[in-house]
This record gives sequence, structure tokens and C-alpha cells, in this order.
Amino acid sequence: MSELALATKRPTLAVWKFASCDGCQLSLLDCEDELLVLARAVRIAHFTEMSRASVDGPYDISLVEGSITTAQDAVRIREVRANSRYLVTIGACAAAGGVQALRNFAAPGEFAGVVYAHPEYLDSLEDSTPISSHVTVDYELHGCPIDRGQLLEVLLAFLAGRRPVIASHSVCQECKARATTCLLVARGVPCLGPVTRAGCGALCPSIDRGCFGCFGPTEDAHSAALARRLEDLGASKLSVARLFGTYNTAAPGFVEQAQGQRVTVASPSIRSREEPPR
Amino acid sequence: MTHGARNNRTISAVGIARVEGEGSLRVRVRDGLVEEVALDIFEPPRYFEALLVGRHFTEAPDITARICGICPVAYQMSACLAMEDACGVVVDEEITALRRLLYCGEWIQSHALHIYLLHAPDFLGCLDAVELAELDPVSVTRGLDLKRTGNLVMQTVGGRAVHPVNVRVGGFYRSPELSSIRALADPLRRARDAALATVEWVAGFEFPDVTNDYRFVALDQPGHYAIDGGRPTTSDGRTYSGAQFADRAVEEHVARSTALHATLDGQHYLTGPLARFALNASRLPQVAREAATAAGLAVPCRNPFQSIVVRAVELVFACDEALRLVERYEPPRRAAVEVLARASTGTGTTEAPRGLLLHQYDIDEDGVIRRARIMPPTSQNQLTIEDDLRHVVEGGLSLDDAELQWRCEQAVRNHDPCISCAAHFLDLTVERS
Repeated sequence: MSELALATKRPTLAVWKFASCDGCQLSLLDCEDELLVLARAVRIAHFTEMSRASVDGPYDISLVEGSITTAQDAVRIREVRANSRYLVTIGACAAAGGVQALRNFAAPGEFAGVVYAHPEYLDSLEDSTPISSHVTVDYELHGCPIDRGQLLEVLLAFLAGRRPVIASHSVCQECKARATTCLLVARGVPCLGPVTRAGCGALCPSIDRGCFGCFGPTEDAHSAALARRLEDLGASKLSVARLFGTYNTAAPGFVEQAQGQRVTVASPSIRSREEPPR
Repeated sequence: MTHGARNNRTISAVGIARVEGEGSLRVRVRDGLVEEVALDIFEPPRYFEALLVGRHFTEAPDITARICGICPVAYQMSACLAMEDACGVVVDEEITALRRLLYCGEWIQSHALHIYLLHAPDFLGCLDAVELAELDPVSVTRGLDLKRTGNLVMQTVGGRAVHPVNVRVGGFYRSPELSSIRALADPLRRARDAALATVEWVAGFEFPDVTNDYRFVALDQPGHYAIDGGRPTTSDGRTYSGAQFADRAVEEHVARSTALHATLDGQHYLTGPLARFALNASRLPQVAREAATAAGLAVPCRNPFQSIVVRAVELVFACDEALRLVERYEPPRRAAVEVLARASTGTGTTEAPRGLLLHQYDIDEDGVIRRARIMPPTSQNQLTIEDDLRHVVEGGLSLDDAELQWRCEQAVRNHDPCISCAAHFLDLTVERS
């Protein structure tokens, strides 16, 4: 935190939520050892998960969680961008549309009708899209959820005016670093490690579970080759599509393999109170 | 499992995430009478019940965890129980104990977060915990220590604190090492002391003198203060199987909310700490019961503002229970039980930190999910929260708009609806004429 303590004027930090689960914002509150230090080093100007206080922009750094799924949010993200010197997205929803981007593969209107009796009450776009589809993003921090150590590194870097030091290699290297035997090679367990960004510390392989790609594709992911390999090992096309098609389903690098999914949805049957839309 | 034709029309719910976001409250007062109180919630819908359809049954725990980053374990556990119910599997006792330990970690983390970072600042006139930390650094540090211990339990059992990776239908991917679980004992002992100090601290707050007539619903699990299973039971003496409860609890979609509103047998109800304490207080361990008595809590507690004290008592319980499980821990004979799909319907209910969470799925013989229903605590509590707000507004008409707004926000936070709305909830419009 010494870099922060040296700052002469406290920069302002804002945290914004769009369509998401709150888990990435929570990672900031999960920095139990650093939270109060951080709150002295920066002025937390807007963070609804944490404070009633809200200071008007502009903000030095905005952390943005969540994807854009409503017309209103498509407007709001532009306002956030206009009010922010640096805009950093946190998590898979903001970087790739999140698990809710599975709707992008369904027929228009299909999903809303399953959950809601009156889809016409909703302000909801057909697709869940990443922040970068709407505004310029200065940095994307990946993960579902993000790693809180990486979050602190990104904050420190932006406050110090340098690029964050975040590994861009794959989960495979993290397995090697912790001497985890390769599940894919040694046991034929389907694993997305070869095409997934590092950052989690290879958590899943370390507990005998194949990586399911929650940090999203590496920049040079050879997903088609891995998908073929998984099928050679006996995985069905559908199970491979499901594996690629979760929390980063719409990410370039995963989307082609994920689209093998066939989404069939039951008809809605929900009781509704007759109340006209306002 | 039977479904009447009428009940078959009741299928869907929404994930808790839809009620986490920003909401607004509308109050209309005429001639000194409150004509309307409406809680509007417009969290963008994420359609979990739809995107689960077509997925494999083993994927539900991880996918539904993404509904809520604050209580992912609750989603994972209800999903696992529902799938195991569908497939006719009961997991080994040791696996259940390990699940309960993981769940205790989430209770500790979530309750510490709510008490210290979200709720206590209201009682002490602070805008947030950072401001509170300037006045009372000892307390806030104690809260952060508790929260860290909860996260530590989740990391040790689940692999990570947000969206744990070690949970699967049937059990776990790998049993934690004996030494790593035993290493939790010291932090948990300290956490139990910190939780006892928490009860004392919050019991000293000033509470508005309010008594509300709640209909409570909590899980009933013989011999346990229910967390990870049990039968839904009401304070007026009704008990349901999970499937019966799913049939009787009806959700409606109203224009002003993307959270569906739930009623049970036609009446609204309350789940969460107040309900659990009302129905299960006698099953708390002695250390938690004594703390409750010393704090002056009556059973049941019908003052929603005192929910912070009940939550603190549950924090004592969760630390004590986790410690008990840690001390008895032996790595399970097998980390998971094999679960084979069959065409069926399964229901799972557990106690999320903020209340009862129901999952129900239809799966086919290939294990493909054909229908999903998720009923999070906040949609069950929403009508009761509106009732609370009505009482607050009726009793608070003498307050100016800013004070009334804060009081209303506090009333919403009493029920820990979910974090983002809990911390900065209301855009209050008061029409007075």
C-alpha cells in the first residue's frame, strides 16, 4: 500500500453494477486486510454495495461490474464512461456478457417468457453484451469471480500510473507451477486449462476437477483444437459445447465452441396478477 | 410427487440477483393516511430459470451460484439437494457434515458483512463502515476479522470464497486434508469470541419500539438449528415437504418489480433470521442461547430492527457449529456419492443467510434439465418488507423526508434483502397532500 500512501491528493474511486451477481464487487470488500487502508488512500466516491454516500463525478477510476442487458443500462454506461478518467471492468459479465449471455443463442423473447408472466413489463434487451461493446474500456480484469489479489494489483497500478502486472498465459502454466499432474493428459479429464487465462491459481485441477474456463479465453486460445481433442477422448459434442458455454460463453475464443448448444425452452406457465404495465 | 393442474401453472421464480440492484420506494400519504407503499425493484433480469433448461443436471450448482455472489453456497446446496432428491440419492453423513461446515463459513462471512458493513452504520448515524471505522476502529476491525474467518472456511472447504469450485452433485470433488480443516479451529475459536462481543455490541444499539405480526417460515430439522436441509414449517403450525411447499408457494409477476412476489397458501410471510430464531431458538447451542438471553432477546423477536441482534446470535451459532464440525472432522470415505440421472422432479430447500431458498428441477432420463424453479428468500420476503415499510411510514410521518428516507432504508436493510440494495437502496418519493 506504500504506493497509495504516497499519493498527495486522494484519487476518487467509483464502483458500478450492471447485470451481475455482485460477487466481483464483493471481492473488493473481501480485501479485509486492505479495505480500510484503501479507503484512506482513495476517496470511495460511489459504491452502492458499501455506502449511502455518493459524490458526483468525475472519478479517477471506475470499476464496472456486470453486462449490459437493458436499454437504460446502455445509456448509463455511457454516462459512467463520460465521468471516468479510467474505466476498468471487473469480471466475466463485464468482459464477455457473463452466463446471462446464454440468452444470446435463444430465439428472441424465449427466455423472458419462461421466467416472467408479463415480458412486456420488462426493459430487457435480446442480448447480454460486454461493456467494451458500448464504450472504450481501459482495462479488463477477468474471472468469474475475479481474484482479489489481481484486483488490488490493478488498483495499485492505475493509481501509480503504470500497467497492471497480470499474467496473460494459460491455466496450464499455473498447474505446472504448483506441480499438479495434468488431468487432461494423465487421466483424460475434460479441461479448459490450455485455453483459459491464468489468475485463479489453477484451483480446479488441484482438486481433481477439469478447468471450466471461468477466467475466459487466453488471447491465443486454440479452442477448436482443444474441442477436437476432448471429442477424441470421448466427450460428446454437446458436453464440449456446454463446457465452453458457461460464464464466458459469448467471449471471442469460446463462442464458436459454445454455440454447439441447442437451447430448448419449455412454455411459460406462471400465475400472474393482472396489473397493467405502467 | 404430485402436481395439481392448478399448481402446475406455478412454475417460475427469479434469482436473487434481480432484487440486488437499485430499487425505489413510493409512498403516497393523504390526509395523514398512508395510501400506498410500493417497493419497485428493477434489477435487470438474467433469466436463470430459462438458461438452465437444456443444461446437464450436474451443472446446476455452479450455474445457480452465479445468481448471488454473496451467498453462492446457498445456491449450490439447494441445487445439489434438489438434484439428489430427483435421482433418489442420499449422500453420506460425512459429506453432509462437510457441506454444513462450508455453509457455516458462508453464514459467518455474510452475517459479518451485513452486521458490520451494511447494517450497523445505520444505528450509529454513519454513511458507511469507513466512516464508522473512524469512530470505532475496534469494532469494524473485529467485523472484518470475522468476515475473514468465514471466507477462510469457504476457501478451505470450497476452494474459494466467491463461487466455490469444490462442490458437486453428490458431494465434493476432493475431501479437504485433515490438517487444513483442523487448522480452522483456532481462527474459529477467536471468531466465536468475536461473535459474542458482536452480540454485546449490537444489543447496546437503540431500537425503535416496533412489534410486527409476522407469519414466519423456516426449515425444521430435528436436532439441528436448520441450515442445510429440513422441512419448511410455519409459525402457525404447518409443515410441508419441499415439494408441497413448492406447490403452495405462489409467485406473481407485478409490473413494478423484476422480483416475483411470493405468498404461501394465499398469505405473505417472512423467512430469514427472525423466522429461524422464532421457530428454532431452542435448538441453538447453549453459548448462543445464553448470548441471546443476555442481549434481552425474547423468542420470538418481532421487532425487525432487532434482527441485527438475532443475526449476531446466529453468528455465534455458526462459529460454534463450525468449530464442532472441525473438531469432529475425519476426511470422508469418499468425497462424493455417485448420482445417476433418472427422469424425475426434485426439490431442495436450505437456509441461505437471508432466508429460505428453494430449488426445484424436472430432469429427463439423460440428466437434462427440462424445467427449473428457483425461489430466493428476497422474493418471498418482499411483501412482508413492504408491510414493514408501511408501518415505518405510518409511524414516521412527523419525520422530514430525509429522515424518513433513512428510516425506510434501514427498515429494508433489516431483512438483508441483498447487498447492493441493502447498502444504498432507496430513491424515496413522498407525496403529501
